[in-house]
Amino acid sequence: MVDATQSPRSVGALLGARRGRGKLHWTDVFTYGYLGFGLFLMFAPVVWLVLSSFKTPAGLQEFPPTFLPLGQITAEVEGYDEPLLLFDVTMEDGTVQQLAQVRRIGIMAQMVDPENPGERLQIPIAAREPVREMRMAWENYRDPLERFNFMRYLWNSVIVTFSATMVTLLINSMAAYGLSIYEFRGRNAIMLFVIGTLMIPITVILVPVYLVVTNLGMINSLWAVILPGAATPTGVFLLRQYMLTIPRDLIEAARMDKASEWQIYWRVVMPLAMPAVAVLAIFSIMWRWNEFLWPLIVLNRSEVYTLQVGLNAFQGELDVQWHYILAMTVVTLIPVVIVFAFLQRFITTGIASSGMK
Amino acid sequence: MKTSLKLMAASSLFALAAGSAAAQTELRMMWYNDGIEGEVMQSILDRFEEAHPDISVTLDVVPYQAVLESLPIQLAAGNGPDIARVTDLGGLSEHYLDLRPYIEDPEYWETNFGPFLDWLDPDGDAINGFMTQLTVTGPYVNRTLFEQAGVDLPGEGATWEDWAAAVNEVADALDIPIPMAWDRSGHRVAGPAISQGAAMFDEEGNPALVDEGLQRMAQLLYDWHQDGTMSLELWGSVSGSSYLGANEDFANANVVMYMSGSWQIPQFADTIGDAFDWWAVPAPCGAAACTGMPGGAALAAIADTEHPEEVGILMDYLAQEEVLAEFYGRTLFIPGHLGLAEGGIEFDADDPRAVHALETFAAAVPGISPVAFQLQGYPNNRVMFNALISRLNEAIVGELTLEEAYARMEEDIANQLAESNR
Amino acid sequence: MPHVDKTPVNTGEMLQNVVAWPIRILFKLLDYPISAIQRLIGIRRMPWLFLLPNLAFFGMFVIVPLFMNFAYSLTGGTELFLRDRPLTGTEQYGFLFDCENYADPVSCREDRFWKGIFNTSVFIFFQVSFMVLFSLITALVLNREIRARGFWRAVFFFPVLLSPVVVALIWKWILLRDGILNAFLISIGLDRILFFVSPEWAMFWAVFVSIWAHMGFYTLILLAGLQAIQPDLYEAAEMDGTSKERVFFRITLPLLWPNMLVVIVLALIKGVQVFDEVYVLTGGGPGTATQFIVQYIYNTAFTNQVQNFGLASAASMVLGVVLFVLTLTQLAATRRRDNG
Repeated sequence: MVDATQSPRSVGALLGARRGRGKLHWTDVFTYGYLGFGLFLMFAPVVWLVLSSFKTPAGLQEFPPTFLPLGQITAEVEGYDEPLLLFDVTMEDGTVQQLAQVRRIGIMAQMVDPENPGERLQIPIAAREPVREMRMAWENYRDPLERFNFMRYLWNSVIVTFSATMVTLLINSMAAYGLSIYEFRGRNAIMLFVIGTLMIPITVILVPVYLVVTNLGMINSLWAVILPGAATPTGVFLLRQYMLTIPRDLIEAARMDKASEWQIYWRVVMPLAMPAVAVLAIFSIMWRWNEFLWPLIVLNRSEVYTLQVGLNAFQGELDVQWHYILAMTVVTLIPVVIVFAFLQRFITTGIASSGMK
Repeated sequence: MKTSLKLMAASSLFALAAGSAAAQTELRMMWYNDGIEGEVMQSILDRFEEAHPDISVTLDVVPYQAVLESLPIQLAAGNGPDIARVTDLGGLSEHYLDLRPYIEDPEYWETNFGPFLDWLDPDGDAINGFMTQLTVTGPYVNRTLFEQAGVDLPGEGATWEDWAAAVNEVADALDIPIPMAWDRSGHRVAGPAISQGAAMFDEEGNPALVDEGLQRMAQLLYDWHQDGTMSLELWGSVSGSSYLGANEDFANANVVMYMSGSWQIPQFADTIGDAFDWWAVPAPCGAAACTGMPGGAALAAIADTEHPEEVGILMDYLAQEEVLAEFYGRTLFIPGHLGLAEGGIEFDADDPRAVHALETFAAAVPGISPVAFQLQGYPNNRVMFNALISRLNEAIVGELTLEEAYARMEEDIANQLAESNR
Repeated sequence: MPHVDKTPVNTGEMLQNVVAWPIRILFKLLDYPISAIQRLIGIRRMPWLFLLPNLAFFGMFVIVPLFMNFAYSLTGGTELFLRDRPLTGTEQYGFLFDCENYADPVSCREDRFWKGIFNTSVFIFFQVSFMVLFSLITALVLNREIRARGFWRAVFFFPVLLSPVVVALIWKWILLRDGILNAFLISIGLDRILFFVSPEWAMFWAVFVSIWAHMGFYTLILLAGLQAIQPDLYEAAEMDGTSKERVFFRITLPLLWPNMLVVIVLALIKGVQVFDEVYVLTGGGPGTATQFIVQYIYNTAFTNQVQNFGLASAASMVLGVVLFVLTLTQLAATRRRDNG
């Protein structure tokens, strides 16, 4: 039986109230367990990515991997120019000594006692344990960023994202307004048309769009990245669903007040549709920021590269460098996380309230 | 929208004004990086700009994927750069600029870049550019592991079967997970296949991929994957013609023998250093030869450029002996300049392993089979390489039998060539 | 009216103030020409004016390329421009459908096309069904009276914001031979598993990663649907003493069905189009075990040395027809629902 003292009105209470006073029902256990597991599953991989991105290449190769980025401590040893790596070595008699490594050849390591550098010992590598402290390999970030005109790419991405979002919001909301507020012949056909374009993946029309863009003379300008994706079917759909819930009386009243349709659009409907507009804005920002394939083909002048293209430029024909790849992936993640942290309320309430009827 | 257009115009004007003097010719060079070549080229370009203040050169560094997939489309649409670093040498030859009218001394080019000019222009005798590096495929071994296991390195003239036996011995003794690893690339397989007698072409010069020699090599590769000599993790884990290098595994001492090529030298010098003796060995022999595959990337001038004279000036500057000597020396690439190859270059490396590797590969060049040269110069060679590696891979993972794979290889090549000959 | 949560006022207002001012001016200026047009064409025709910019963009950047794509599928050769390409009629389609036995990809001329179709079918069967299932469960869980509901919703939604390449790299890093998952397996005494060498595991992870990355979006759609159900219904059921299970199956599910349908068909459409994530994660391997249909199109058009736009276009037209049928199904089903 549901505990009557709890808030009775909302669906949540009825479906999810605790059964019995204070005692945990199996559904409660399941709920919190599921939430906890969900939190782990959704965030742990990203956390692991970030932690890994701070490891040196040597640290990345290590198996089993350590959680925290660790770097080995080095020591200055007399007679050697470069600082040497320190290890804890289990000697033959079972004692543990701290030795510095000169070089490693295959499965034997040449090591010296820092206090007694004259004598070189041959130690099997299995007997060594690196002496470590936590160290962040900032060079994973610094090196690629130094090589490239990072600020320029960042600026381009920001311009593209911002302009594209503005254009998207404008034309999608206008289209949604047209499709929701009015009843007219051909409305369903247009809806079908709009939804139909949802089904076309970009790879399929990559070359034709490239040719259209060439003919319009937009090649190698940021417009080539801003304009083609601006009319999103999802955006129109989302906004239309929300606008359908706006009471007609408001519109009629405004018309009676001699407001023009355009005024109704931006004075009455748009403010009411703000939650859905916010959601679309967030989506648009995400889509534009993450776009890679299209800018790759349409931009070949480095001053107009967006961040995604620029950061991937270090991937050459013949090498895979995980430490750089991980670091650059984190860099492209950062804006997403920021937007997410500030605007997550909008997302989660916006979609929910756009009432997908 | 008008406001943002003005903003765009303003910012681009600002950028232009900030960067350059008035009335300057701007050249664009499309480049990709494997290692530090970009930095070396940039420093050379900086000096060029100082010497020629009226020409500014911008190095557009792109992912290799863009050079391979986007560049052909951009060139076909007329949107390409002025100069590009390309690996598909013959395949893009219709888009190259003939530099003859724009360079000072065509004879210098012919003498020093002769055979490679044919790679860029198989059908004519245009001068389109020069090689940024010459590469040769060949194996590296982890000599330290051989020493530890007490196994002798097979010497010159050893066959692939000899090597397979030796590396298995080493791997068993020391518990190394991957005795032998090859880069997943048809280009890598081609050399040993030719060593086994593959002719690659028929009498008219048309591709004839599958013959006894190729089948011998394919069978070896198949068997090695079944008996554990080669690990399924590498070739077996991707599809189609995707490239997968085994350089990381080799650098981590998980591989005893690694079939790759001379371009790994700078990378190994950097990442492996002296952790173990990474040792280049001469190409193992097959039934017919002991050869690797030549290759490389070239810097080619593009025909659509609006400034052919300036491109000529730049190319002349870059192709000079001193400049190239510096480029090859710093990037540790085998020179694609015959004069330098003969005279020798001072490589910017004190690592004895790097020096030995460079010597080994350079010494391998005279021994490269003419079939290999022919294959490298064939404009549609990637069609052959991709068919080879993708179908062989499907056989190795068990989706096709070897017989079916051979049939498919031929079909793939025939279909694609038919399409391109329409 | 759907259940509307209160959005926070401060951030919203802030945003509005910053962005609103120049926009207000712009919109005011636009009022003059647009109202003039309104007087000219009358209110009944106004929707077309509002639709015009969007339709123009669609036309230029989606419809025209689509027709060009169709045109490409009727041509052959390797020229980029349509005018330079020789006409081949339906030959490319003929190549695609040239099979001895449609059930066995190996017997087809374009074996990778049919393998792609087969793989995609397997993929969407598992991915859509499990994604809908988990989205439903998550939506039900999130619908309960739990504290910080917004936070939990955000948790599940977070992966949706990541680009497909990032998603794939994150998981690839975890699943490598020496990755953390294998480290975990070894620590509990099991053997290492080479996930990318086994066709079954590769497909499993392709499905798993895809669900991981997209579930949040569909969860929110279902959550909205759940919250739109009138509480009175539940009260009435409770008063009648109906068991919770019957409430769920007889009330909740049927009322949620429209949203479920939206989720299923959207997931199907997106599932058939899967490419980026899997391409970076498995490369289509091992062999061709996770090579899906869009990857086939991409390879045919771009990565092969002979960039075969004709064949790729034909394959993409076939894909388009399949998706079109799927979409029509959705619209027909929802209309029947609304009418019935």
